[in-house]
Amino acid sequence: MSTRLSSGGRLVNRSATCEFTFNGKRFTGFEGDTLASALLANGQTLMGRSFKYHRPRGVVASGAEEPNALMGIGKDGKFEPNQRATTAELFDGMQATTQNHWPSLELDVGAVNSALPRFLPAGFYYKTFMFPRPFWKHVFEPVIRKSAGLGKAPKDRDVDRYEHFYAFVDVLIVGGGIAGLQAALTAGASGARVLLVEQTAAWGGRAAVDGVEIDGQAAGEWINNTIQELKNMSNVRIRTRAMGAGVYDHGYSLVYERLTDHAPETGGPRHRLWRVRATQIITATGAIERPLSFAGNDIPGVMLASAVRDYVVNWGVSPGDRTVVVTNNDDAYRTALALLDAGLSVPAIIDARADVTGDLPQALRARGVDIRTGTGIATVKGGKTVAGVSVCAQAGEGAATDEIACDVVAMSGGWSPVVHLWSHCGGKLIWDEDHAHFRPDPDRAPVTHDGTAFVRTAGAAHGTMSTLDVLDSAAKSAIAAVEAAGFKATQHDLPLTNDVVEAPMSPVWMMPQGAGPAKRMKMWLDYQNDVKVSDVMLAAQEGYESVEHTKRYTTLGMATDQGKLSNINGLATLAIALNEDIPQVGTTTFRPPYTPISMGSIAGEARHDVFQPIRRTPIHEWHEAHGAYMEPVGQWRRPYCYPRNGESHDDAVAREVLATRQSLGLLDASTLGKIIVKGPDAAKFLDMLYTNMMSSLKPGKCRYGLMCNENGFLMDDGVVVRLDDETFLVHTTSGGAEHTHGHMEDWLQCEWWDWKVHTVNVTEQWAQIAVVGPNARKLLEKLGADFDLSAEGLPFMGWSEGKLGGFDARVFRISFSGELSYEIAVPASQGRVFWDALHAEGAEFNATAYGTEALHIMRAEKGFIMIGDETDGTVIPQDLGLGWAISKKKEDYLGKRAQERSHMTDPKRWKLVGLETLDGSVLPDGSYAVADGTNANGQGNTQGRVTSTYHSPTLGKGIAMGLVLNGPDRMGETIQFNKVDGSTVATKIVNPVFYDPEGEKQNV
Amino acid sequence: MLILECPYCGVTADETELAAGGEAHLKRFGPGSSDEEFEGYLFHRQNPKGVHFERWRHANGCGKWFHAARCTASLEVFATYTAQIAEPPAEVIAAIRAKRPDWSPE
Amino acid sequence: MRRYSAFAIAREAARYHQGWERAWAAPEPKKHYDVIIVGAGGHGLATAFYLGKNFGITNVAVIEKGWLGGGNTGRNTTIIRSNYLQDPSAAIYEKARSLYETMSQDLNYNVMFSPRGVIMLAQTHHEVRGYQRTAHANALQGVKTEFISPQRVKELVPIIHLDGPRFPVLGGLWQDRGGTARHDAVAWGYARACSDMGMDILQKTEVTGVTSEGGKVTGVETTRGFIGCTKLGMVVAGHCGVLAEKAGFRLPVESVALQALVSEPIKPCMDVVVMANTVHGYMSQSDKGEMVIGGGTDAYNNYTQRGSFHHIEETVRALIETFPMISRLKMLRQWGGIVDVTGDRSPILSKTPIEGIFVNCGWGTGGFKAIPGSGWGFAELVAKGQSPLTDAFGLNRFREGRFIDESVAAGVAH
Repeated sequence: MSTRLSSGGRLVNRSATCEFTFNGKRFTGFEGDTLASALLANGQTLMGRSFKYHRPRGVVASGAEEPNALMGIGKDGKFEPNQRATTAELFDGMQATTQNHWPSLELDVGAVNSALPRFLPAGFYYKTFMFPRPFWKHVFEPVIRKSAGLGKAPKDRDVDRYEHFYAFVDVLIVGGGIAGLQAALTAGASGARVLLVEQTAAWGGRAAVDGVEIDGQAAGEWINNTIQELKNMSNVRIRTRAMGAGVYDHGYSLVYERLTDHAPETGGPRHRLWRVRATQIITATGAIERPLSFAGNDIPGVMLASAVRDYVVNWGVSPGDRTVVVTNNDDAYRTALALLDAGLSVPAIIDARADVTGDLPQALRARGVDIRTGTGIATVKGGKTVAGVSVCAQAGEGAATDEIACDVVAMSGGWSPVVHLWSHCGGKLIWDEDHAHFRPDPDRAPVTHDGTAFVRTAGAAHGTMSTLDVLDSAAKSAIAAVEAAGFKATQHDLPLTNDVVEAPMSPVWMMPQGAGPAKRMKMWLDYQNDVKVSDVMLAAQEGYESVEHTKRYTTLGMATDQGKLSNINGLATLAIALNEDIPQVGTTTFRPPYTPISMGSIAGEARHDVFQPIRRTPIHEWHEAHGAYMEPVGQWRRPYCYPRNGESHDDAVAREVLATRQSLGLLDASTLGKIIVKGPDAAKFLDMLYTNMMSSLKPGKCRYGLMCNENGFLMDDGVVVRLDDETFLVHTTSGGAEHTHGHMEDWLQCEWWDWKVHTVNVTEQWAQIAVVGPNARKLLEKLGADFDLSAEGLPFMGWSEGKLGGFDARVFRISFSGELSYEIAVPASQGRVFWDALHAEGAEFNATAYGTEALHIMRAEKGFIMIGDETDGTVIPQDLGLGWAISKKKEDYLGKRAQERSHMTDPKRWKLVGLETLDGSVLPDGSYAVADGTNANGQGNTQGRVTSTYHSPTLGKGIAMGLVLNGPDRMGETIQFNKVDGSTVATKIVNPVFYDPEGEKQNV
Repeated sequence: MLILECPYCGVTADETELAAGGEAHLKRFGPGSSDEEFEGYLFHRQNPKGVHFERWRHANGCGKWFHAARCTASLEVFATYTAQIAEPPAEVIAAIRAKRPDWSPE
Repeated sequence: MRRYSAFAIAREAARYHQGWERAWAAPEPKKHYDVIIVGAGGHGLATAFYLGKNFGITNVAVIEKGWLGGGNTGRNTTIIRSNYLQDPSAAIYEKARSLYETMSQDLNYNVMFSPRGVIMLAQTHHEVRGYQRTAHANALQGVKTEFISPQRVKELVPIIHLDGPRFPVLGGLWQDRGGTARHDAVAWGYARACSDMGMDILQKTEVTGVTSEGGKVTGVETTRGFIGCTKLGMVVAGHCGVLAEKAGFRLPVESVALQALVSEPIKPCMDVVVMANTVHGYMSQSDKGEMVIGGGTDAYNNYTQRGSFHHIEETVRALIETFPMISRLKMLRQWGGIVDVTGDRSPILSKTPIEGIFVNCGWGTGGFKAIPGSGWGFAELVAKGQSPLTDAFGLNRFREGRFIDESVAAGVAH
């Protein structure tokens, strides 16, 4: 069984223990352990259950590629499912639980016994569960969903914080092994800004585990010296626990830094997402060892040879007492050496190669280890643990020659460079026959904005394996990178290394080579998703020949490790099945992120109140203090109404309407868009922008105008004010200011660039308040103005400016309610005081603040249209009876040509009318006017629709506006509007102006 | 995440600082144009897999519209240039041809 | 074709599944077909299927540059719904939705249609009115939908947070027979059925040219030589503009990147599909347990099948606001597809200036849900020259100004 060795472990601090729980059991580990190494140290080899068959799973790897040992860590608001035990650093108090089993890890009733997988081959669910039809949703799918999935969903709100960093660097180097360190040294020496990131907590990668020496120094010493040297360079930044997550277009890249996962009680953000803009990127991301495909290779205790070595050397942990090494290359012999050095037993090395001649095998032979050449594993014995292996000839069909008792199998099928970051942004790969792996093709690198390569590779990620080549490739890539970034590189001398002579590896995609169907059903490719060699072969047999088809049909490589262990073996298996070469089969697409990153880190700090910016008027706080029920309008918050003392919203709205109509209402209209249009050609420009003639507007006057887009549809409306000959103030809708201003600039810069016009969006420079109602003028007079407020001095659709009650005010006499009404603009800084003054002086008139709903009702009572209600992007002014606002004299305006198209001039277009139900009820929002019969698709015919519908407090009944076929010609006719329950409401077509049709109230 | 250089303020801007505005150098057709001309102007867009002339606005910067010549397949940017021009300037055409010898303007 | 069933699986298990036959054949191209469909995605294969099933036209080839189902059919978020506002949209999407109901049985291939229900959240008063309008339109269109209260939303989606400080949930448009399906299986099921009818699916065959004589189509040049045809259907989504150019006409479409992402798989926590258009995010949970999340489109033309990360950020932010628990999930994978967007963001199913050439494109961000309806209508258009399902989606609408604008109520996402 696995245990802690009495000595060793270069990463653990034996003087600092950590208590932790695993499924509630108390265990002890050391600082520097990963959860996986600590579990092994406590003899816990069973660490999870597989996805499909719920098979027992042990840890197979020691790093980010781990597919099996996934745990839920933490509790309540700090619980996170699906964390890899191999990358979770142990801390005191850690609570870990295993996943995907019931009732317990040891006894999982979901586990499919050894016979059943035969009935559940790749894609079985496409072939069954079809009858009876409702059973999929109600029976099969719920069962499948429940057994699928991995960790439990977090229930509580995340209590942690996350943040974003921005970094601009000349060279981003991903990977802190000796390749990354060398690249950083070389790049740093040029003076370039360098960021070096390493996903684990330790620098140096595998070099120390593998006993590398550089320039006579042991790897650990060289690494420490190099880190010191890098720290002394002010132009170099280095970060551990920071993973290069993704490479995007034009050198944009993401680094995922895990700040407190290893120490959750420390303050500060949990994760930090770096958004790096790098001129050049070097991926020094190393390589990942491949499993071998032999029967029973998924039994807990079968591990990657490199992982076994890591546990022994890095953490002083023995995965087992007796380890059989199985390999097709020399590197795995390092594991045997490490085991022997730790005093552990290696009963045999099973090497698929016929000739085994390298320095490392010779060293093992010299130590008396039994090396079986030309052999393979026929099958692994055991259930939840390994009991032994049976050996066979690699060349045969798997007849066992003998059995070897062991509790660990250390396997190595060769190494695959980590090419993810290279590939994210379009880098291409080539097949390397010597190492049987795909490596980056330097001639087909990802290109940046100027078409040049911006990603380079170093070390094992480059496809080089010896220490000398690793360092050499790193220095060369760094030189190329800094030169591409405009720096001058200093050449580096090649270091001295202790590389041994390694004999070539020999590709082994199936063990033994001639294994039959029964064995192939027990050879796992993807451990987490339970995809076996037989599944890939079945996919090929059934015509799912594209590698993407095979992946999707079998789910190969779709687990949380995204195929880090399984991809190459899987596509080699597919190539064999198709009788094609591996490069012909190709790879699936590598997509970010390299390993999963938290959603929290992606969102960063933008949550809750700062999720999106909220725009506030100068009077916003008053609204909140007075109990306003706010509604979002674009980025603004506007008061919908101001309920008092338990009033319902409807009651509040009715009160606000009646108070305004009877005496005096006040509206915060500051959100209204305000754009200054100025210049010798301003009038000409507005004539193009609006359907009406604006050039004829006299200074001192206001005019309502309609703005269409070039496609003819009504886009915005508002009152245009001529401030002087060359200056106009354009009012837009609340949500429309930015869009309208952009629209103006688009035309001025890109079409009429020789017109002399300047525009400024001054929306937020002014507070604007509507003073509305029969007593409006009285209030203004009470405040006192240094300009004429009389009906003659400031007539309807006129404006004046001056001091009003001591405020610098522009007063526009315009009305959206049908009452005597002024909209008064004061500088934003005076807005709140002015509002307060209006309330104080208006108290005697029962001055009542009203919200957007009262505003809407009052405009509907007057038959005024509202952008967004009467319009929806498909309505033209002609539909709304606004022909009076469309100039017949102008040769051109935006949208004019569009409005001449056949569908726009079709007499059958629905036109605006007023609507009144016969019973006085309020028509449902969105209701359609039904017509006889159905159309060719069997849909009920329609002849109109409601655009606005309200209860009118003024009239005491429902009123509505709508668009109806031939509506204006059908006044008085009764038609039916639908309800969602299938019934209809009898409704009379009427004039849309329900209140004061003569306009007597606003014109006093 | 593209980077484009604003030819007005000289800032090398992230895509998030910019707003894309579709095909460049459209000729406006107004009243008096045929239905076909007007349809083409409003809706028919060059949609090449390759060199594309397009409009961008430095919306969260200097506010100016400008033009870019960009490859929609590799996302390479050949040049950015003024919006106040009816067709791509000769030096932009030359910059594209230097990179894409087989390409020719319509 | 040997039928798929539990019995067949049991029979095959006894012999280690050595007896399964190919799901679709890999034939050599013939010299001439009655109809060639370019593009073996869902829409193209469905068109071929209904040409055979409804019109007895089986001398058909479906030509595919890469692998079948490898475009947007295999990279979307698999949402199926038909709660559209405008009549022509509701007609074709509802036809599609109803065909999804029986697709597994019709194709003898389990496409895992899961009518778990779709909610579109209303988060502004404007959106409330918009969805109420859609509900009224749907009532007359024969599409079963309902506008529901925030409390009902919470019952259906317990993990939702109704009272976000920014955009509280004010209600939702609920379609209980909307849902999801297994996207690859839709393409594979149609391909298997087409192959069974004797149609040729020609993968790894790129169309390099379209030939016509006297304004009438005669065939296509391909990487496997010239293939003649009487009628040609172009169903190549993001690449339709490039193909139309080869045929000598232009389409009112632009190709942009649309992105999506999935989380790591977790145990079931959400049983319906939720779309939040105000904040631009939508999410469902796959049968595997992954949270499947749709993002936005870039505003610039792009053929790279990747997009800008800021869209992912915006989407994830929006969804954390709506579903706070996902903050501690991890993004497993993000990807992009190339979608073809038209002037009114509705599809084109139309005759073209060249006799015998028909085009089916412009599905933008919402094509998967339409696949069977699109195939049904387009097959009728190709076979008969007219179909009530496709009438409104003709190219002529852009000249006439007769748009089908769904952005009115539905916002941007599909």
